[in-house]
Parts: sequence; C-alpha cells; structure tokens
Amino acid sequence: MAADTKIPAMGDPAERAIPCLQPDAMAQSKPYVAAPAHNEPLGFPGELVPDWQEKGIARMGELLGKYKSLQVYMDICVKCGACTDKCHYFLGTGDPKNMPVARQDLFRSVYRRYFTPVGKALGAVGMGKLVGAREFTKEVLDEWFNYFHQCSQCRRCSVFCPYGIDTAEVSMAARDIMDNIGLGHKYANEIIGKVHKIGNNLGLPGPALIDNLEGLEEDLKDETGQDIRMPVDQEGAEILLVTPSADFFAEPHVLGLMGYAKVFHAAGTSWTLSTKATEAANFAMFIGNYEQMQKIAMRIREAALELGVKRIIFGECGHAWRVAYSFLNTLIGPMDFLDPRYPKPQHILEFTYDLIKRGGIKLDKSGNDGMVLTFHDSCNVARASRMGDFAGGQFVIPREVIKACVPKFVDMHADTIGEKTFCCGGGGGLLTDELMDVRIKGSAPRMEALNDVVKREGVTHMAAICAICKAQFTKVLPTYGFDREMIVSVHQLVSNAIVLGNND
Amino acid sequence: MTTFFAILFYAAFAILVVGVGLKVAQYARTPAPLKIPTTPAPLTPAGAAFRVGREVALFESLFKANKPLWIFAMVFHLGLALVVVRHLRYFIDPVWAPIVWLQPFGIYGGMAMLAGLAALFVRRIVIQRIAYISGPSDYLMLALLLAIGASGMMMKMVAHTDIVAVKSFFLGLMVFDIRALPADPILAIHLFLVALLMLVFPFSKLLHAPGVFFSPTRNQADDPRERRHLAPWAAQLERERN
Ligand code: HEM
Ligand code: HEM
Ligand code: SF4
Ligand code: SF4
Repeated sequence: MAADTKIPAMGDPAERAIPCLQPDAMAQSKPYVAAPAHNEPLGFPGELVPDWQEKGIARMGELLGKYKSLQVYMDICVKCGACTDKCHYFLGTGDPKNMPVARQDLFRSVYRRYFTPVGKALGAVGMGKLVGAREFTKEVLDEWFNYFHQCSQCRRCSVFCPYGIDTAEVSMAARDIMDNIGLGHKYANEIIGKVHKIGNNLGLPGPALIDNLEGLEEDLKDETGQDIRMPVDQEGAEILLVTPSADFFAEPHVLGLMGYAKVFHAAGTSWTLSTKATEAANFAMFIGNYEQMQKIAMRIREAALELGVKRIIFGECGHAWRVAYSFLNTLIGPMDFLDPRYPKPQHILEFTYDLIKRGGIKLDKSGNDGMVLTFHDSCNVARASRMGDFAGGQFVIPREVIKACVPKFVDMHADTIGEKTFCCGGGGGLLTDELMDVRIKGSAPRMEALNDVVKREGVTHMAAICAICKAQFTKVLPTYGFDREMIVSVHQLVSNAIVLGNND
Repeated sequence: MTTFFAILFYAAFAILVVGVGLKVAQYARTPAPLKIPTTPAPLTPAGAAFRVGREVALFESLFKANKPLWIFAMVFHLGLALVVVRHLRYFIDPVWAPIVWLQPFGIYGGMAMLAGLAALFVRRIVIQRIAYISGPSDYLMLALLLAIGASGMMMKMVAHTDIVAVKSFFLGLMVFDIRALPADPILAIHLFLVALLMLVFPFSKLLHAPGVFFSPTRNQADDPRERRHLAPWAAQLERERN
C-alpha cells in the first residue's frame, strides 16, 4: 500500500492549500482486526459478537453517562466548519470523512438515532436523515473501524472549535465500543497484552533488558571514559525513571536514553529503571479504556513503592506524558509516598532544564557543531499536558534546552508549532505498517513546514520528545526526500553537548 | 387567534424550560473522569472560568480558526443579543432604563442579525467543505431564524403592528390573564416561528448556548499534578479493587 502512496506536494506553509474534497479517497484504509488471542486477555470478546448492534448501543449509553465530554460534544456541534481544515489527515488525503466534524458525525449519527427524542421518532419512521440520524448498521460499523483509525487523537481540532469539541474523545469512545463488541485494533490490543504480560510494548523481558543496558553502559564507557551507570531495580534510589521501551533499542531513541543517564550522572543523583515498569507508553489511552489504562499505570505505582523511590521521572514520550501529567494522579494517586517538594511525576526535560538554569550541568554547544535544529512539538505534550510551573511551559522548556545545546535553532512556521502543532502522522495507535499510506499522507503538513525551514534557514535536524514521533519520522522522512537520521531526541543533543568529568 | 397563541406560548415556554433544564441537569451531572483541558490552559479554576467567558463573549477559539467566519458569527450573535435585549420591553413593565437606551439601536441589531445569517447561509452553500457537513436541519435552522428576523423587520419598517397590545398580551400571559392579540398576519407569522424556535431549542444544536459552559476542554483548570481529580464512578472502581 505504501509503495503507491501519492506524496502530497509541499508548498508554502504560510499559504497552505486546503484540498478539494475527494470522497472515499481513504475508504479502504484500515488496520488489521484483532484476533481472539489479542482481545481475550484484555477481557474483550474474541470476535464480533452476534448481537453487536445491541451491545454497541448499550456501551454507547454507558459511556455517555460516564464522560461529560462525550455527552456534551454529541449535542452541541453547530456544524460551523471551523475545524474542517485543521486535521492533518484531511489536509493530506482530501477525504471529507477525515474532517473532524465529519469524523464525529460517524458517531453522532448513531447517537442521534438511539439517544435523542427527535432522532428516535424520525428514525423509527425512516426519516432520520432529516436530523442526521443513522441506523447502526454493519456499513456504519465498518466506517467507524476505518475512519476512527485515521484519527491520531492529536486534539488539533479541539484548539480551533469554538466549544473545544475534542474529536479525540469521540474516537476513543468509538474504539472502546468496538473493543467491547469484539472488533479490536490488532496493533493496539496486542501491545496492551504484552504490557500486561511482560511489562512493555516490545515484549522485552527483564533479563534481556538488563543485558541490553549493560551493553549501553559499555558504549558510554567507550565514548566518555567514565563509568556512567544504567541502574535497574536499585532499591532506595532517589528517582525512578519510566521511559518508553523504544528508548532501550531503537535509534534515535536510545541516544536519548544515554543522554538521560549522562544528565543523572553529571547531577550526581541516584536513579533506577525498574523491570516492572519498563514502559512509559500506555496504549490503553488510544483505545479509550479507563480500566486498561489504570491497570497499565498501576505497574508504575507498584514499582515505585517496591523500590522506595522519592521521585518519578518520565522519559521522552508524548502520549505517555499525557497519561503521566494529566491522568497519573487520578489513575494511581494519591502518590504521597513521593517527595512533596517535586512535581509528581516530573518530565526529564523539567529535570534537565532545572539543572541548566542552576548551573548544575555544563553544556558545550560545539558537541553539536554544524547542526541547525528545529523542534517538532508533539501533540500530546503540546495540547494535553504541560511542563514547568506556567502555562505553555511545554513549549518553552524543550526549546530552551535545545538552544543551550546547539549552535543554531529556528522554529517552523507559527501555524505548525506550539498549540497549533501538526501531528507526526503516526500517533494514536496508528504506528503500524498496514496504515503506512495514511501515515505518510498525514505527515504532509509537518513535512511541508520542515521543508520550508530546511530551504530558508538551512535546518539540518528536527528534534522531538516522543517515541512515536521519532519512529514515525524515521519512516516517513525518506519518502519526502529527507534523511531518516534528521530526526533526533532532545536528550541526544544534551548527550552530545554535556561536559562530564572533574568529579572523579 | 389569541387563544391559539396563548396555548402555543404556554406549551412552547414549558417545553423550552423543562427541556433545557433537563439537558443542563444532565450535563452538570455527567462526570468528567479525566483532566482534559486543551493546553496551554489556565492553572486555576478562576482562570478557566475566565477562559469560558472569553469563548462566550469573544468566540476566542473561532477567532484563531477562521476570521471571516468569526466576523459573520459575531455580527449575527451580537445582532441577536441586541434584538433579544430590546424585546424585553414586551415582558417587563416598567422597562428598565438600559433597555430604553438601547431601543434606537434595535434596527441595527435586526439588520446585523439578518446580514450575519445571510452570510452564514451563503457560506454553507458555496464552501464545498461546509456544504458536505450540512444536513437539512442546519439549513432549516438558519432559514427559521432568517424568517423570524425578516418578519420582525417587516413589522418594524413596513407594516407596523400595535406593539402596546402585543405587550399587553404577553404581560397578561404572565399573570394568566388572556388579553387580545392584534390580528395581524405578519405578527402571527413572527410569533408562530418564535414559538417553533422555542420548541426545537432543547432538541437541536441550539444547545450549544448552554453547552459551551460544560465543555471540559475549556472549563477545566490545568492542575492535575497539584490536585487529584476523581470522578465518583472512578472512585467506586478504586474501592472495588482495594
Ligand atoms: C452562550 C451563548 C452563545 C454562544 C457562546 C454562541 C456561540 C456560537 C458560535 C461560536 C457559533 C459558531 C459560529 C457560527 O456559525 O456562527 C454559533 C453558531 C450558531 N449559533 Fe450560537 N451562540 C450562543 C447563543 C445562541 C442562541 C441563543 C442562538 C439562537 C437562538 C444561537 C444560534 C446559532 C446558530 C443558528 C448557529 C449556526 C450558524 C450556522 O449555521 O453557521 N446561538 N454560536
Ligand atoms: C415572544 C417573543 C417575541 C415577540 C412578542 C416579538 C415581537 C416583535 C414585535 C412586536 C416586533 C416589531 C417591533 C416594532 O414594530 O417596533 C418585533 C421585531 C423583531 N423581532 Fe421579535 N418578537 C419575539 C421574539 C423574537 C425573537 C426570539 C427574535 C430573534 C430570534 C426576534 C427578532 C425580531 C427582529 C429582528 C425584529 C426587528 C427588529 C427589532 O424591532 O428589534 N423576535 N418582534
Ligand atoms: S484529533 Fe487530530 S487526528 Fe483526530 S480528527 Fe482531530 S485533528 Fe484529526
Ligand atoms: S468547530 Fe466544533 S462546532 Fe464547529 S463544526 Fe467543528 S466540531 Fe462542530
């Protein structure tokens, strides 16, 4: 599928063209359906149940009663269209069902048919169309499966909607309903199963992890000549580091992990990883399931208690930081066993930024000589969480850290960064090969903005603080004619610039 | 005609109040289990309330999204607000001074409302994306408001009605005393459509007016690390587990 993807043209981000509608352009795009082996361990039916329609509607009713967002957003959209040109998947594909309001309407039409007086009445006599009510048929369900898996839950639409209607809330609800009737998304459910069973998305068991970290320690020794540790399961350590498991292996992620280790080393703070909480990511958020999300997060609480740490710090990961920053206190709190002087939890960038400000670490920009950096704000950090103690800290802190590490930094076009940032195209559980077509097209607005600063400012690298963004860009950059190594971790830059030594 | 309208308005008013009341109660009662403000968000509840205030008064997010739409929306809603405030003179006696001062501007309010609605209507037809997302009810809603505005302007500019009698009719309704309504066709159309608007309000997208106050992405403060947020059903889940 990816081979014949038509790469959208890259123009001037200041005058982004809104595509003409191409109905059903992406009607065939869908992920693999989960097998019973993926669904059942999570407590979902193995396959589509015979009475799925009834069960699905019942689950919808349950969610409407549990989520204010869903209930209110189903009612109040005025179809003003302010969101229609804001989604990267629409901009990249032209498929009208990728316009946020149209995506919501796939759900809203069913809501109207079964949960509103007028929709029920008109629907019963076959006139539901008048008020946008539709029967929950197999065709509608198939549409749900296809188009709710063309939403990365990035919340860009919610920034621009006059009522803050967040399509992510709707696609989470839709996916939860589909899971509850046995129509799961293989990639997400398989991964969640691995976390429950083994502890991380990669399915990497403890001994393999320890082995791998020893290798990294050796690499660090070769590079710096110093004994920079990567401790695991160290009881009584000050800090528990929870990081996406991609950080243990993949490039450029692992270079970031080495950066964290150097920062902790230079700061002289004791820290540890845990073989129980080897995963910061929480894919249960993508399938909108509170119980699953809580179950995954609970591993972190247990690990922190067992190891007796005082602080929890999260590594570079977008949706993980959303779960950590916005939800952790709700899901696994209160965390009164942690040191109250520090935010619970903290982001690695908050930690590093603080050290830089206090002069706790020394940085030498020549470690990144010849690099011109730009920064990709990850959606879940930008629009669903924060860093630091002021609104918008999530934009300032990463940039300040980057600027302290590199000779030159430039931002991409203002409409594509900060709260208006574009998704990398692979978020929300879409980072799977069978969705490569929509992933490539969805990254078009970001690639366009990047191309612009490459041309104008000679940008050589783009930094990101999200495992999904890093993996996605590594794949899509080449299709747009860029080098795959253009994408770097922020702590990779720190790692290159940090001055170690004089302490032994 | 008088009796018909008396019954119609009692019914419409009852449905409007009960319908919106039930919806508001539902919105207020439904818990928001997770902290989901669209960030950057204010750090305090007072700040979040101010944010909602800006959305209601200034359409802040819409301004970010789409400038022409923001202008049309502002022109229509401000016009509507002025018209509605001016209409209060039919329902209160004596009329409050600020409403009296506003009377001369009523005509501009009416014109603004109609101009805004017309622009929104045209937009819905000519912009391909907006046409795609528009259903019959979206056009009908605009048509209904246009018809109310047009009939009102007709009375104002072309065929005047006896507004003293109109006021007397409505003041009478409020004390359950049915007084004669002028038998004026344009007035009849105006009032019939207004009653229709009141009837559809609780069942339509007009719920955006009360609903905007309940949007969690806008009304929540960004303080999840400082304050533990726990919905009742989530707390129940927690108790069951322990
Ligand atoms: C709290 C008060 C209100 C707020 C904050 C508000 C806000 C908005 C906003 C931001 C829009 C989207 C932009 C647009 O299409 O104009 C809108 C649309 C609309 N509003 Fe309101 N509104 C309020 C009250 C009302 C009331 C009382 C009515 C009518 C009785 C109304 C009727 C409409 C209609 C019909 C639309 C859709 C316009 C279209 O089809 O494009 N609004 N409103
Ligand atoms: C029961 C409620 C209502 C009554 C009794 C009523 C009655 C009237 C009357 C008697 C006039 C003529 C004013 C004149 O000749 O000076 C008028 C004008 C008008 N009405 Fe209404 N109306 C009602 C509700 C509404 C509503 C809800 C709207 C808007 C959605 C509306 C929009 C207008 C407009 C735009 C005008 C012309 C401008 C103006 O005089 O302010 N009316 N109405
Ligand atoms: S949340 Fe993001 S991906 Fe989903 S509809 Fe909105 S803009 Fe598109
Ligand atoms: S911006 Fe909001 S209200 Fe307007 S069409 Fe989109 S979701 Fe609906």
